Parts: sequence; structure tokens; C-alpha cells
Amino acid sequence: MDIIGNLLSISLYEGLAYGLMALGVYITFRVLSFPDLSVDGSFPLGGAVAAVFIINGVNPWLATVAAFGAGCISGLGTALLNTKLRINALLAGILMMVALYSINLLIMGRSNMPLLREVTVFDHVADFLGTDTSLALSISFMVVLAIIVLAVLNWFLRTEIGLALRATGDNEQMVRGLGGNTDMTTMLGVSMSNGFVALSGSLIAQNQGFTDVGMGIGMIVMGLASVIIGEGLFRPKGVTTVLLAVFGGAFAYRLFISVALRLGLPPTNLKLVTALLVVAALSITLIRKKLRHEWVPPAVRM
Amino acid sequence: MSEIQSLLLLKKVDKEFGIGTIDRVKALDNINLSINEHDSITVIGSNGAGKTTLLNIIAGVYPPERGGNIIINNMDITNLVEHKRSQYFGRVYQDPHIGTAAKMTIGENLSLAIARGRSRGLRVATTKKRLTYFQEILATLQLGLEDRLNTLVGTLSGGQRQALALVMATISRPALLLLDEHTAKLDPNTAGIVLKLTEDIVSSENITVLMVTHNMEHALRYGNRLLMMHKGKIIVDLNHEQRSGITVNDLLTAFERASGEQLTDDSILLNRKGTSDNDEVG
Repeated sequence: MDIIGNLLSISLYEGLAYGLMALGVYITFRVLSFPDLSVDGSFPLGGAVAAVFIINGVNPWLATVAAFGAGCISGLGTALLNTKLRINALLAGILMMVALYSINLLIMGRSNMPLLREVTVFDHVADFLGTDTSLALSISFMVVLAIIVLAVLNWFLRTEIGLALRATGDNEQMVRGLGGNTDMTTMLGVSMSNGFVALSGSLIAQNQGFTDVGMGIGMIVMGLASVIIGEGLFRPKGVTTVLLAVFGGAFAYRLFISVALRLGLPPTNLKLVTALLVVAALSITLIRKKLRHEWVPPAVRM
Repeated sequence: MSEIQSLLLLKKVDKEFGIGTIDRVKALDNINLSINEHDSITVIGSNGAGKTTLLNIIAGVYPPERGGNIIINNMDITNLVEHKRSQYFGRVYQDPHIGTAAKMTIGENLSLAIARGRSRGLRVATTKKRLTYFQEILATLQLGLEDRLNTLVGTLSGGQRQALALVMATISRPALLLLDEHTAKLDPNTAGIVLKLTEDIVSSENITVLMVTHNMEHALRYGNRLLMMHKGKIIVDLNHEQRSGITVNDLLTAFERASGEQLTDDSILLNRKGTSDNDEVG
């Protein structure tokens, strides 16, 4: 019983923390139809920026906000490659991801940075509440943060700019014809997305007590897995339920991984399992459609 | 007659595609066109005549070659990008998929359309007040769309989507409505309904229209002026008086005379009426 409770609460924390990252992936992949692969680079970017700021004595809250800002800038870079230099979205993301690997090393000065003896946002919250840092505290903090982020996004996607952003992913030509600046909405969306990804990276780093240049590997697949699982499990309709489903999907994914590890899956196989999970989730949709004799168009190549 | 205000002016507009390749083609060749306010112009021509290119150039999808000018209300908009220019233009495309966003609701689509020409801010887009307004407008279509504001547009039929696209193109009262064979992909019955809607909206809102069509009878029946295009040039330009009494056959003869070619385009040839003893005007 204790083991199950422990598994659930760890997955809950991780689901919320990585859920922010998955939310970023959702914004690019699903809302904007912009397959941004730079997530693998902007996640550790958040960790790197927060770590360097904190180690240099900057307030951890400020460091976390700076991480969010750094993610926004990196996303802006990706979007500029796409909108202004007219580079294919996939390639723009890959270019940014590769560039970020070196940029992250430049920021950190080495490949790994411990944060164990530093004061993080989690310590601040514990101090404020007069308790010790614990898993329960981390969960509560992440719940509050997730609620704030969801509320803001839920409002933003219904505003006139938010509507134009969503329509950009649906029908770019129409948006321009109706006077919407699709370059602007793309830049806004990809920036916002990478901001959330970097924010997630900075919080994960602060909570686990270190940041590593390699901690972003496979992050895009994990984000996609969360989005796909969330959509499959909760079948959301409308903006609010979709946003909740993304966090739900992230939780389900982390739970699955935690159980698999507990059952003796070697950690080295983790990325393989994640990849297989995404393949399985995507094939289920295809098989379901085939069973209903629905026509499925060939996959897009470029 | 000089009090008639010229709304849109195209001066020496050229457009070439595939420059530097073997497929180089002159899509628009020295187009000079003046559209007056409240004009209702139909444009015909065979495939590749430059009709859609003309609309794209006006809408700003791409710029004309150097030396050409596009002027609206005495303002040069040649170098204005598409989304800034669209405050003047409403457009309905041939494909209903282009004019509407499938994954958004009817209400959201109309909210996007009503913001044309205004700056988009952080106000909530689909307000109750707007929804009531949309309901009133959609009710005039008599397609039952007014009760389905929360329906995803992707679930509508082609005709319903095109009717919605038409409302979206006109809801913010554009200076010029561009119609690009907007009934060509619909079945004859639905096409008739959408054309009727177009007429109703255009006359009730008093909108200036440039309508591209493949159908010569439509071109003669609608509007007050007719343009015929061929190989990037406007080869026939008939005003209301010149157009009255003209038949499809006359148009085809005019085409052959002006272009110096026999017609090879099936879609136009099919419109040709049997022999000369058929004198009825459509």
C-alpha cells in the first residue's frame, strides 16, 4: 500500500512538473501545427540558466523567471528561422536543438552542475510555510503553479490574439486573409511553448538538485507521449479539457514509467520504452480507424 | 461622369512566375484596371488566363513585378503585406476549406472574421453580445446555422462552409469583395443557393465586387461590367450598356477575335450554345 501511495505521489509530482513541458509541446504540435523539436534543447536550457543564476546568488524566483525568458528567446529564434528565413519548421527546430546543446554548455561552463547546497524555489516555499522540503510540498507547489498556468492559458487561448494563434495552426492562409499576422502568432506561440518547456526544466533541476546538459534527450518524445496519452485517455473537447488532459497524460505517462522501473526495467531502456509507447499509442489510433473501415491518408513527409 | 470615385487602380501590373527557369511564364501582362465604387465586375477567361493571379496580386498574396502599382482610395498599397492589406478586402476562395478554419467553431470563425481591419488584443473574442449578433446574421442565410454556433466548421457540408465563408468575408464590410470561382466546387443546386446569397449580401451591403467565374452565363447575368482575360491580359472590357443584349456566343466570338485563337478549353466550350438560330439571351 505504501509502495503504491509512493508511486502515485512521485508520479503526480513528475506529471505536474513534466506536464508544463508537455503543455509546451501541445502548444506547438497541436495548437500551431508547428512540429518544434528544439524542446530537447530548451528543456536543459531552462535548467542551465536557473542553475547558473542560483549559483551566482540570484534569487531563485528570479532565476526561474529568467529560465522561462531564456526558453521564450530560444523559441523566438526557432520561429524566426521558420517565418523570416522560411526554413521548414522541423528543420528549424532541429537546428535550434543542435545549437542549444553548445549554448547550454557555454552557459554552464561544464556538463553537469550540482544545486544540492543552493537555495531553490522549493526551499523558499518551505521556509514560507515553516515546513521542511518534502514530496508533499513539491506536489502542492506544482499544483498551485499548474492551476495558475492553466487559468492563464485557458483565458489567453480565448482572446482575440489567442484565437488568431489557434487559427494559424488550422488555416494560415485564412488568418492572413482576415488580417491576422501569422508570423507574429507563430513567434508568440513557439516562444510561449519553449518558455513553458524551459520553466519545466528549471523546476526539475531545482527539485532534483542538479542540472545536466544531457537531461533534455528524448524530452520531445516524452512530451508527445503525454499529449497523445492524454488525448486518448480523456478524449477532451474544448480548450479547458484539452489543457487538463495534457497534465493527465503526463501523469499517466510518468506513472507507467515509474511502475515499469519498479518492476525491474533497467533505466538504460527507458528511452526505448518511451519511443515504443508513442509508436504503440499512434498505431492504436490507426488500427481503430482501420477497423472502422475509415480511410487514413498517408503520413506527411515534409 | 467624373464624380465617380475610382476605388482600386492597377497600373502597369506584371507578374511572372518561374523567373530563371525553363517554365518562366507571364501570368499578368501589363494590367491596367480601374474599379469604381459599387462596381460589380465579373471576370472570365480560360485556365491559366491569370484570373486568380489577378486576385492574389490585389489581395497581396504576392507583390507585382517592379514598376507596377496598386492603389486603393488614392493610397499606394503595392508594398503592403497581405495581412495589413486585408482590411480592404474580403475574399471567398474556390475551395471552402481555405475560407474557414475546420477545427474551430462557427462562432470562433466569425469572431476571427469580425476582427478584420481592427487590432487584435487581449479581449475575449467570442462574447455573448457577438454571438447574438452572429445568430442574427446567420439566420438570414436560412441554412439553420444560427443554432449551431458551437459546431466545429469541419463537420459542415461544402455549401454550408462556403456560405459561412461568404459571411466571414463580408461581415466587416470590406471595400472590395474578391470572389474566386466560389461556387465552382459546389453541386449545381448548392451553387445556386450560394450565388443567390452572394447577390443578396452584395446588394444589401452595397459592396463592390470582383467575381471570377468559369460560367459565361453567370458572367453575363451578374454585375454591371465584364472582363475577359487571356494569357495575362484583359482582352475584353464591357460596361453595362455594352454588355446588354450580348449572348454567350457573342462572347466566344469576341474571345476568338481578341485573342486570335480558337478556343480549346473544354469548360468554356461546353457553354457554347448549339447554332446561331438560338438567339435567346439567358
